[in-house]
Amino acid sequence: MLSVLHAVFVAPFADMAASPTFLAEVLIGGIAAGLMYSLVALGFVLIFKASGVFNFAQGVMVLFAALTLVGLIERGLPVVVALLATVAVMVALAFGIERVVLRPLVNQAPIILFMATIGLNFFLEGLGEMIWGANVKKLDIGIPDESVQVAGILINKLEMSAAATAAVLVAVLAVFFQRTRIGRALRAVADDHEAALSIGIPLKTIWVVVWAVAGLVAIATGVMWGAKSGVQFSLSLIALKALPVLILGGFTSVPGAIVGGLIIGTGEKLGEVYWGPLVGGAIENWFAYVLALVFLVFRPQGLFGERIIERV
Amino acid sequence: MIYREAGQFKTTYASDQAIFPVVQDRWVVAALLAAAAVVPTALASDYWLQAILIPFLIYALAALGLNILTGYAGQLSLGTGGFMAVGGYAAFKLTTAFPGVNILVVFLVAGLFAAAVGLAFGIPSLRIKGFYLAVATLAAQFFLIWLFNKVAWFANYAPSGTITAPPRTVFGIMVTGPQASAEARYLVALGVAMLFALLAKNLVRGRVGRSWMAIRDRDIAAEIIGVRPLRTKLLAFGISSFYCGVAGAEYVFLYLGSAETLAFDINLSFLVLFMVIIGGLGSILGSFLGAAFIVMVPIFLTNAPHIVGLSLPVALLKQIELMIFGGLILFFLIVEPHGLARLWQITKEKLRLWPFPH
Amino acid sequence: MRPPEARAPLLEVDGISVRFGAVQALQSVSLTIGRGEIAAIIGPNGAGKTSLLNVISGFYRPSEGHIRFDGKDRTHLKPYDVAELGIARTFQNVALFKGMSVLDNIMTGRLLKMKGSFLTEALYWGPARRQELAHRAFVERIIDFLEIQAIRKTPAGRLPYGLQKRVELARALAAEPTLLLLDEPMAGMNLEEKEDMCRFVLGVNDEFGTTIALIEHDMSVVMDISDHVVALDYGRKIADGTPAEVRADPAVIDAYLGVAHA
Repeated sequence: MLSVLHAVFVAPFADMAASPTFLAEVLIGGIAAGLMYSLVALGFVLIFKASGVFNFAQGVMVLFAALTLVGLIERGLPVVVALLATVAVMVALAFGIERVVLRPLVNQAPIILFMATIGLNFFLEGLGEMIWGANVKKLDIGIPDESVQVAGILINKLEMSAAATAAVLVAVLAVFFQRTRIGRALRAVADDHEAALSIGIPLKTIWVVVWAVAGLVAIATGVMWGAKSGVQFSLSLIALKALPVLILGGFTSVPGAIVGGLIIGTGEKLGEVYWGPLVGGAIENWFAYVLALVFLVFRPQGLFGERIIERV
Repeated sequence: MIYREAGQFKTTYASDQAIFPVVQDRWVVAALLAAAAVVPTALASDYWLQAILIPFLIYALAALGLNILTGYAGQLSLGTGGFMAVGGYAAFKLTTAFPGVNILVVFLVAGLFAAAVGLAFGIPSLRIKGFYLAVATLAAQFFLIWLFNKVAWFANYAPSGTITAPPRTVFGIMVTGPQASAEARYLVALGVAMLFALLAKNLVRGRVGRSWMAIRDRDIAAEIIGVRPLRTKLLAFGISSFYCGVAGAEYVFLYLGSAETLAFDINLSFLVLFMVIIGGLGSILGSFLGAAFIVMVPIFLTNAPHIVGLSLPVALLKQIELMIFGGLILFFLIVEPHGLARLWQITKEKLRLWPFPH
Repeated sequence: MRPPEARAPLLEVDGISVRFGAVQALQSVSLTIGRGEIAAIIGPNGAGKTSLLNVISGFYRPSEGHIRFDGKDRTHLKPYDVAELGIARTFQNVALFKGMSVLDNIMTGRLLKMKGSFLTEALYWGPARRQELAHRAFVERIIDFLEIQAIRKTPAGRLPYGLQKRVELARALAAEPTLLLLDEPMAGMNLEEKEDMCRFVLGVNDEFGTTIALIEHDMSVVMDISDHVVALDYGRKIADGTPAEVRADPAVIDAYLGVAHA
């Protein structure tokens, strides 16, 4: 009994203290992973913040964007042209989604919209695979996936660029939502579709804008993830990983997506390295969810989310 | 319909409350059940039984379970696969530890284990609603699969981690294991499905079902009436997981023969959710319709091109299947959120009036 | 209508204050509702009328004060416990269960009277069946009383507003409450519908002796059917007495009724 307590509450911390450079590497790895999660979560937050829809298909949009980009590059287009073409594709996709999915379901219960995005997820998955094929593809964006030594700690260049990208995106989006007129309109739409309509906010345009922006975020995410681990199917499962991030950070908070991602990323890495061996490893599969679950019980709206108030 | 309800007046509340108030409906359903028991057993090929009818009945049972939780009580769950896994593994451990116990009893006890797990993961549902609850169920799904993978005890230390259904008999007839005939397995699945459907129908049309629907529709008003939210939700979780657990046990013992955790992964959860959405949320009949639909689509897709003369690669078929599933979900949610069950109701109403338009 | 002094108090609200952050919804409100009377709560919008009902129902927690029901303190009960005490209510925005039929909605009102475990219900024979049918018979009497037989099986979400309000009343009555709280039961109704509703409210009070507290804006209704009127404004009580007394009260006229032009 005592040895179990020792193994859980003492030994891991002793390990951490014993090798601080290793700890730093694990932490940095965790931060980088966390920021990658944040990128995905950002896409969700955007759409949820602006339309009240939880877009389960965000993961697949990331995959779709990455697949399109890689596919076009493989077909010989120069990288910049391929990038612009992918942007066009994602914008077109946004139009399509608004027309086919969102417009007919205006003001339905959130759960219906959520399930619609699940349907969308599977549809896009099949479509993407059908068009571009199902094998793993390598994505080369010119930043090597190698590590450099900084003050005795190994840092991965690719992960750092991903982190920088995420930070920039967050800053831009935060300003967009808080300061601009469109941002305000988006927040109104998220609150109440019908009310927003009735005061003249052009719902259709707003939705296309939002989903297009989410598509751009998806491209950025897809590029980062794809460069790191290749463009393949499992990218769509990232959506599931983003859920705990959103719960911690709050569904409607852009900074929350970052903080949540960092907590989940570092938590997962630390947990896996220091506590994982106790239970045979691979706790990354469920650690994030259990963490989120515990969080939910004590603070259902997340760290930065808005309190859900129910009126009678 | 071919027959009309004219002239059938209900004179007692009992007759109005009956599951099939129209007398001819009762005859039809009874005939269908009898046919279901006799016809496939006598006539159907092994392929039909093994690949279509048996999985249909098992999925229908799981869909019933999920429908109770998500369709009637309004609690979204993505953990169906995990609960089915509990049922499957529990049944395996029980029957290998107590080989003398009747396998049907083993199924039921395995269901109880699943119910206990369901209750545990349902406790957060008082504080958490909607998507957040879905995340809690995802936690259940991933954690349970990991648990069964990691802890070799669950698979009786088999090196491959596979659990295999040992041969068991009921009334002297072999129903599980390699010797069991498809007909025997089919009849067991049919019996369980019919019984559980009846129990579910009785539950949902009475006090319990109304409490669930009250929580689903407007949980604050439900509290005012005296519904106790935690108790009601936990009951839904428990009963739903029980159904899914029994379905999971049947999945291994009557259908797959042997399984590993991959069989119960998140895709299974989504599959059952699709059945419930397409079949109709909050409908007993819908669970069956949805299961039938989902079972038939891949069969249709693999066979239809041959009939038309096309030959398509397997990978492409899988992709088309995904697109069709996704597209159908969207279609149903937009056109008829209450699924096939509602479409069936509308058809009946139109037939009642035919040939008049209204 | 019996004079207010002759009644035993059923509900005593004593110095109740309710605060939401900086907003004071109710400030030291005290009133007594006698057994068997019909009490009307009036006041401009935002006066705290619905908040008062919500506190009585157990939704809002008062920051100060007590509530006594039938002599016993019940300030901090949850809504379902309050329901068990015999208090039922309707809502301003009609909180029916849209997915269920009218009959099922009203049957949910009988929930607290239904005993039994889910196991017997699953089998639906013997005591479970008899109980279900007995409750059905009771609910049918309410349906007859409120004249909604024709819409029994209609899903509640499809009904017009006036009928929805009536179904909500039926659901509240199904619980056989001692105290019935009605939040603007006649809002949005035309003259005929209002007359019907008044008839029902009076009928319930007459036949079953149910004490009724209703929030109402139509002064003619208030004058006609209530025994006792309480006026609120900005979360405070500004008048309390018979309808005639309150109508003549200058504070009420200032805040709410306005002066009649000669």
